[in-house]
Amino acid sequence: MSVKTTQKMAKAALWTAGFCTVAVLSLVIGYVMFEGIPHVNWQFLTMKPKKMGSEGGIFPIIVSTIYFTALTLAIATPIGVGAAIYLTEYTREGKITKIIRFGTEALAGIPSIVFGLFGFAFFVIALEPITRGWSLLSGALTGATMILPTLIRTSEEAIKTVPVSYREGSLALGATKWQTICRVVLPSALPGIVTGVILSIGRVVGETAALMLTLGGSMRMPGSIFDSARTMSMHLYLVALEVGTKPALDKAFATATVLILTIFIINTTANWLMKHFIS
Amino acid sequence: MADFLLYFKKIGGLIGMSSKIKVNNLYLYYGDFCALNNVNMDIQPNQVTALIGPSGCGKSTFLRTLNRMNDLIDICKIVGEVIIDGENILDPEMDVVQLRKRVCMVFQRPNPFPMTVYDNVAYGPRIHGMKEKSKLDEIVEKSLKASALWGEVKDRLKKPALGLSGGQQQRLCIARLLAIEPEVLLMDEPTSALDPISTLKIEELMEELKQKYTIIIVTHNMQQAARVSDYTGFFLTGDMVEFDVTENIFTKPCDKRTEDYITGRFG
Repeated sequence: MSVKTTQKMAKAALWTAGFCTVAVLSLVIGYVMFEGIPHVNWQFLTMKPKKMGSEGGIFPIIVSTIYFTALTLAIATPIGVGAAIYLTEYTREGKITKIIRFGTEALAGIPSIVFGLFGFAFFVIALEPITRGWSLLSGALTGATMILPTLIRTSEEAIKTVPVSYREGSLALGATKWQTICRVVLPSALPGIVTGVILSIGRVVGETAALMLTLGGSMRMPGSIFDSARTMSMHLYLVALEVGTKPALDKAFATATVLILTIFIINTTANWLMKHFIS
Repeated sequence: MADFLLYFKKIGGLIGMSSKIKVNNLYLYYGDFCALNNVNMDIQPNQVTALIGPSGCGKSTFLRTLNRMNDLIDICKIVGEVIIDGENILDPEMDVVQLRKRVCMVFQRPNPFPMTVYDNVAYGPRIHGMKEKSKLDEIVEKSLKASALWGEVKDRLKKPALGLSGGQQQRLCIARLLAIEPEVLLMDEPTSALDPISTLKIEELMEELKQKYTIIIVTHNMQQAARVSDYTGFFLTGDMVEFDVTENIFTKPCDKRTEDYITGRFG
């Protein structure tokens, strides 16, 4: 076989691989949208669910999803970024950092249902007086433990890419380490940190298993962080599998459509904000 | 006659008559490696002192010792004394933040922060607690004028500093230091990443700045050392081989190794 033929074959194989990826992706999204969009309308978006979700809308569930995601990020982001700063700026590379890093990587690979079980036993049952059992707070705490590894890892990478010369420049002007971190390092690392947060949002919004055990699953509008609630992905699962009738399945597809669009909107806004921030 | 007096004053400086910085028996180790071996030096106020020598001879390490930037390197161990205005700055009790406010550093590569031109210059005063807008404006303008950059950037103070040319960036970094009114400027090969015209501007700037500041410059460029400095120290593998008035180093060096180096026989 001539070198030219090999070259062509390689190109064809790679093109096929690329095409397959895009095709599968558009097939999945396209199918869900195709089934879902006819059932998404103003009433669906603004009404309460009726009959276990097989009728009515998903308004309280959209609100719960946003509520839950925001709460999870509010808990996880400061801890994650803080840990990343500690790991990169305040410790030396050594045994301890290696152990911490191994730990975070191991955590990132654990199936979410395991986090759910932990959350159920610890946040829901053991900390019941504080979290009031199944609640947005229990769910968010569980969600936070789940996304921490990703957040730490991405923030750490982002902080590491800030050139040493920025730090030196700042320190050489008589800035303290903390001033240097706040005013030079973190602003430069912000795009990377935001990317980590966006990845985490995706994971939190899409999470179902862990939340089944910690969020409760109430369809009512949450009044506070101590109320039980359900997110869109949970609703989708519960409606599709536990109700299972044709109208319920339609509602499930409609919910899935809204979920995909929500994630899409979050990602685009975050990207736009980030570009806006930098320039 | 005036030349003679000036020369006499310089010689007087060498025997420590009025030094700004006094370095006594300084040793510095990176782990087991001895990077500075018994360095002794008296640096005069309002003069430019150049440090020359081949790569890896310890001149940058020496410079970074003067404002304790070597503290950032874990395995670095320092023995000896560096006395600035009568105070041993190597004392563990020394307030490093205060020291770096007095002894500032310009780096080899221009390293402006990814902020606007204005914010770069205002960075120093701000971290030291200055909040008043009018005062900051004044400091920014004064510092940029002192670093001969004002004319070029006065219309783009709110533009990102990274959009400036390399030479402008380096002068911005100098302005950034001048804004906190230091006493000593340390320059670590400040022109090695710049073109000849930008280099010339920085050199002219140094001539002016020495009226107010004490300048120590590390350079690979011997013509530059000869052009800008009053004193020159020659480093070789961690030893300070020779330290003298610049004219002497370049016309009648005492040490064979200095002569070999400045005549280009090695290095």
